[in-house]
Amino acid sequence: MSEKKTADAIIVGGGVHGAAAAYYLAKAGVDVVLFEKEYLSSGGSGRSAAGLRQHFGTEVNCRLAKYNLECFPTLEADLGGEFSLEFTQWGYLWVAYTDASLTQLGKNVAVQQSLDIPSEMLTPQEIKRRWPYMNVDGMIGAAFCHQDGHINPQTLTMAYGHAAMKLGARVKTYTPVEKLTAQGGKITGAVVNGEQWSAPRVLLTAGPWSTPLAATVGLDLPVTAERHNLLVTEQIEPFNCPMTLCLDDGAYFKQVPNGSFFFGRDDPDEPKTMESGNSAKFLEGVTKSVLKRMPSLAGVRVVHQWSGPYDVTPDHQAIIDWTPVEGLWTNCGWSGHGLQFGPSGGRLAKEMFFGEKTFVDIRNFRLSRFEEGDLFEEPAFI
Amino acid sequence: MSDKQKVVVCRCEEITLDEIREWIAKGYTHFDELKRILRVGMGPCQGRGCKDIILRELSIATGKPIAELHPGTTRPPVKPIKLGLCAYGKEVPQK
Repeated sequence: MSEKKTADAIIVGGGVHGAAAAYYLAKAGVDVVLFEKEYLSSGGSGRSAAGLRQHFGTEVNCRLAKYNLECFPTLEADLGGEFSLEFTQWGYLWVAYTDASLTQLGKNVAVQQSLDIPSEMLTPQEIKRRWPYMNVDGMIGAAFCHQDGHINPQTLTMAYGHAAMKLGARVKTYTPVEKLTAQGGKITGAVVNGEQWSAPRVLLTAGPWSTPLAATVGLDLPVTAERHNLLVTEQIEPFNCPMTLCLDDGAYFKQVPNGSFFFGRDDPDEPKTMESGNSAKFLEGVTKSVLKRMPSLAGVRVVHQWSGPYDVTPDHQAIIDWTPVEGLWTNCGWSGHGLQFGPSGGRLAKEMFFGEKTFVDIRNFRLSRFEEGDLFEEPAFI
Repeated sequence: MSDKQKVVVCRCEEITLDEIREWIAKGYTHFDELKRILRVGMGPCQGRGCKDIILRELSIATGKPIAELHPGTTRPPVKPIKLGLCAYGKEVPQK
């Protein structure tokens, strides 16, 4: 018997948002098919540094982040317990070297505190007292939230997909979507392996690949790719080093539960591409930046480096909205902080599918904001 | 070889043959997937120890010749090098 090529909803893209949407929709009884061109988490999700934070400067992101942090502590068990999610809460420390950065951090923390997120501002003396191994020369202060942390981005995505399958979702990996299809302004499905798949609703969660896919039904998405790099070190004794970021030079580092360190650094000269690739320049730049703050790591070895694409929008905020093509909705354009919003993204996808009132007002994420010139910049992005 | 015997396939992450077979049986039949689930190939040896064994298991399970299986991506640096060497181009004495 040949497989039926229809569904209530088709999801295009098996990153964390697609996989979480499949899970939430399947749990609600929706007949859902997810197509992923490679393996689950193979795009931006699995390449992410996978920080979980509530440090944002816009209220809606803080509200969604609070929900994420409510989900993460029990998520491994909720998704069946087969995948180790490596969730930790070793905190998020944003260090400042300039007045401009410190002022911005203070504004962000004020937003967070107004929503009962336990963020605080720290002096260099307090930073040194809590994390004596850090070199605080030149630091003028920091923002810190002890609830924030880390999760394994690859097992997170795969666990959502695996749990969705157990609930009846069809998750088709190594199955690229060639194009979306629409008729008379309404979405009709997608073409996969030369065959038409039909569904009255299609959710686009393909990160930067969303843009060329949307174009196949005449929809212009302002989402572009930007390559970002990371490195991972050998495992050393865990000492719960928090995620430490610096807006002034774009560098960050943290220890993950197995003892390895991740280092990353923004570089505006990196190619604007979805292709992964590596440069020696990254290794030199990021180690110079991070070793200034963590001199004791100089003797630790780099195991490998990798890169992945951010899906960047003009205001560094996601696009979560129904599009002018009836039945087609998007959750993409997270601009580098999307992994941690998987739980929120999945829940919103389910609520939007059923036309329910969303648990957080997501009007700010609408697609038309770009035409209207009503951007809402997220100040806390890196 | 007895399946009951604890055979370590990936020494960096201490993953056994049983675990590899268990995840293949769950439907994860690509090296890239097993790598993300079990961290095989992500340790200091970068898959030099485990990859051939795992590809052979995948070949047996899927019936595809090893030459047709995607072996995952090998990433730089070729060998683990010290962070200090990347930053300063020389070894940094530790205090």
